Amino acid sequence: MDEIYYSLVDWSRAQFALTAIYHWLFVPLTLGLSFIIAIMHSIYVRTGKESWKNLTKFWMTLFGINFAIGVATGIILEFQFGTNWSNYSWFVGDIFGAPLAIEGIMAFFLESVFIAVMFFGWDKVSKKFHLLSSWLVAIGSNLSALWILAANAWMQNPVGMHFNPDTARNEMLNFGEILFSPTAVYKFLHTISNGYVVASLFVVGVSAWFLLKQRHILFAKRSIVIAVIFGLISSLFVAYTGDGSAYDVAQTQPMKFAAMEGLYDGEEGAGLVAVGVLNPEKNIHNDNDDYIFALKIPKFLSVLAFRDANAFVPGIKDLVNGNPDQGIEPVEERIKRGKIAINGLAEYKIAKNNNDDVAAAIAKKDLEDNFSDFGYGYMPDKESIIPPVATTFYSFHVMVALGMYFILFFIVILFFALKDKLADKRQLLKLAIWTIPLGFLASELGWVVAEFGRQPWTIQGLLPTWMSTSHLNTGTVQFTFMLFLVLFTILLIVELKIMLRQIKLGPKEERS
Amino acid sequence: MFENLSYLALQQYWWIIISILGSVLVFLMFVQGGQMLINRIGKTSIQRTILINAIGRKWDLTFTTLVTFGGAFFASFPLFYSTSFGGAYWVWVIILFSFIIQAVSYEYRTKPNNFLGEKTFNTFLFINGLLATILIGTAVGTFFTGSEFSIDKLRITNIADPVISRWETPYHGLEAAFNIFSLSLGLTIFGLSRVLGLLYFINTIDDDEIVSRSRKQLKLCTIGFLVFFLLFVALLLTREGFAVDPMTKIVSMEKYKYLHNLLQMPLVLIIFLLGVIGVLFGIFVTLLKNSRKGIWYTGTGTILTVFAVFLLAGFNNTAYYPSTFDLQSSLTIQNSSSSQFTLTVMSYVSIMIPFVIAYIWYAWRSINKRQITKEEMELTEHKY
Repeated sequence: MDEIYYSLVDWSRAQFALTAIYHWLFVPLTLGLSFIIAIMHSIYVRTGKESWKNLTKFWMTLFGINFAIGVATGIILEFQFGTNWSNYSWFVGDIFGAPLAIEGIMAFFLESVFIAVMFFGWDKVSKKFHLLSSWLVAIGSNLSALWILAANAWMQNPVGMHFNPDTARNEMLNFGEILFSPTAVYKFLHTISNGYVVASLFVVGVSAWFLLKQRHILFAKRSIVIAVIFGLISSLFVAYTGDGSAYDVAQTQPMKFAAMEGLYDGEEGAGLVAVGVLNPEKNIHNDNDDYIFALKIPKFLSVLAFRDANAFVPGIKDLVNGNPDQGIEPVEERIKRGKIAINGLAEYKIAKNNNDDVAAAIAKKDLEDNFSDFGYGYMPDKESIIPPVATTFYSFHVMVALGMYFILFFIVILFFALKDKLADKRQLLKLAIWTIPLGFLASELGWVVAEFGRQPWTIQGLLPTWMSTSHLNTGTVQFTFMLFLVLFTILLIVELKIMLRQIKLGPKEERS
Repeated sequence: MFENLSYLALQQYWWIIISILGSVLVFLMFVQGGQMLINRIGKTSIQRTILINAIGRKWDLTFTTLVTFGGAFFASFPLFYSTSFGGAYWVWVIILFSFIIQAVSYEYRTKPNNFLGEKTFNTFLFINGLLATILIGTAVGTFFTGSEFSIDKLRITNIADPVISRWETPYHGLEAAFNIFSLSLGLTIFGLSRVLGLLYFINTIDDDEIVSRSRKQLKLCTIGFLVFFLLFVALLLTREGFAVDPMTKIVSMEKYKYLHNLLQMPLVLIIFLLGVIGVLFGIFVTLLKNSRKGIWYTGTGTILTVFAVFLLAGFNNTAYYPSTFDLQSSLTIQNSSSSQFTLTVMSYVSIMIPFVIAYIWYAWRSINKRQITKEEMELTEHKY
């Protein structure tokens, strides 16, 4: 494998990261705002009050602006698995394709059909059907998240399949196992509830701006009450599902878990870093301290990982070099077995072509006996299995800190909202505006943890990134990377300018 | 119930679903056709607003159908997805690019402070109409011409050269745009989308000027469309095709393969002929009987015709995505499909499709009950 090939892989990864990060700027808001709008719309239909209609319409307008660019940035993701990850698409397409198709059939149509009714239906359809449409948009967008997140979860924890040497791919055995694996369930719940938090922070922040400007006071207060309740419940749920996700990662992706904590040397009764700075000198070849400075919560990491205060949490060194006391094998052993498995597949295919059934049977046995380490056979050395530790560590800790802050933030806002003193708390209102981008940041960081932390794998233990790409020139992918970078950046500027102007214009009540 | 179907039957069932999605997609490209005609039909600002709002209520349906088409192709024939998308890279990227700029254009074009200006977004819509229709048609054209690629699953065991599906020309799909046959299909779709766009305007807009201008334009567009369509059909029925031996699975060239397919599958022939009649009848009643319902005949005709063309490509022991570089790398519905288990699971999901079509229909009717008028555009708050 030469350097040119690695640079193709790097640019393909960069393009995927770029497009996914852009797409994810818009998705959380869609997931959450759709429900907030549906709630507001319900209040309008129940009370029949024009003011609630205007309130609903205002947030709907912002929703539509955000939704359009979400759709625009989303289409590339649907096709990018094929355009840039051709090998991946064949190797696991039998499993991975299904959720994408179901997403289209079940969710995208629901979203796109009823969003038209939601926007254009005010005087065209009955009130009840119109309200139903708003709810169906919310359900549709969250359903689409279900399928794509189940697909992503499967890449992190591939279950419910077997390898078929005749087709040289993995094939589905149990659809339920894929959809309901704990990884999929936690990923789905954690991600959508995070979307609800982002949207709530957005509604609270924008409303706070109106309170600061002393415009649309009643509108702003009403919006805040709905968003803060929705946000507080959601943020508590995010913490709960985050805990579940971390537990799941510890079981299924111990290397990612070690990287999230920057833990090189495993220990029993390990503490969780609350605040810390990694030691940049640290690597698996030295015995330096893991951190320059770290404030730890004793035993908490062991509890998080194994629900047992004294459990052993393996570190990066343990996972690479092995730790016989804890029953962890050195990676080099797995690499050896992986190479036997890959070689078995090659020999099986050759024997089959030569109609040599005896040789095929022997090769197949080699493959099957060692298949659990198949992907390790592609590793050039043992250190290749270590993800970027610093990126994973800092992303994880900043995300968690922000998550805690959001809970506190919602409690404080709710407290003053209930006392009806919010309008006087100018510092708090300013803070609310500045908290909007933090919501997006936390959300993106969650993906950074998930996706950097699982490197070098596209499919955990089965296929590394450099075996997943398409057969393209680096220059081709560099060009499309730049194309999407420029295009998406321009569109983001357009979206922000339009969004800010619409907010400035405010809801209809006082506009005329 | 799907468990009882043979593997081949499931593969055929899924080819039929792909064909339905593909044919519905071509019908729904009336949106792209309309996008190209905004300035031709709309002479005043309000007229252009009417036109854009007429198709603007449907654009995401086309978009979603395209995405679902891609997803369904991935799920049912993953080797096509990995070979075509990863190989004919440039064609697909340009198609996707055109849909990205479309997706924001309706919502943003008249919003205050939109940075690029209304004209830019209108141009985006035009570009999408032009590129999407021609290039999607051209890409489907390669189902009959073949492309230069090779497939070798053994490569996954070779870390130095791991990619199973490999495009063997540096043009990565752009070569199809210079093939007369593929281009004839591309231009057919281009012309057809414009015909459909005009019929949709005539159906849904209540404005005498727009309707009469659309009728006039329809004559021109019909002539253009028919020229390309007849060229496409003539080239298709006279060309060599990629036949698969059902026993040995060996792919070889067969003279008049697609003509043979048409004659050996009389049902497909009937569907094809009914489709063509439907397309022409819709245009005929619009031009000569002053009917406003032409879109339904031409639309149904489009779906039937394209459906038949897809079946010609994939059924009757034909390789639907042939390789001219290495005939034996050609994709057939048998060698490129998902496993029997996955196809079975997906078949249960497909039961939802009629339900989806039903609510699309219901929502369409609720919104299109009344025709769009100038007055409505002046009064309504939410418009594009």
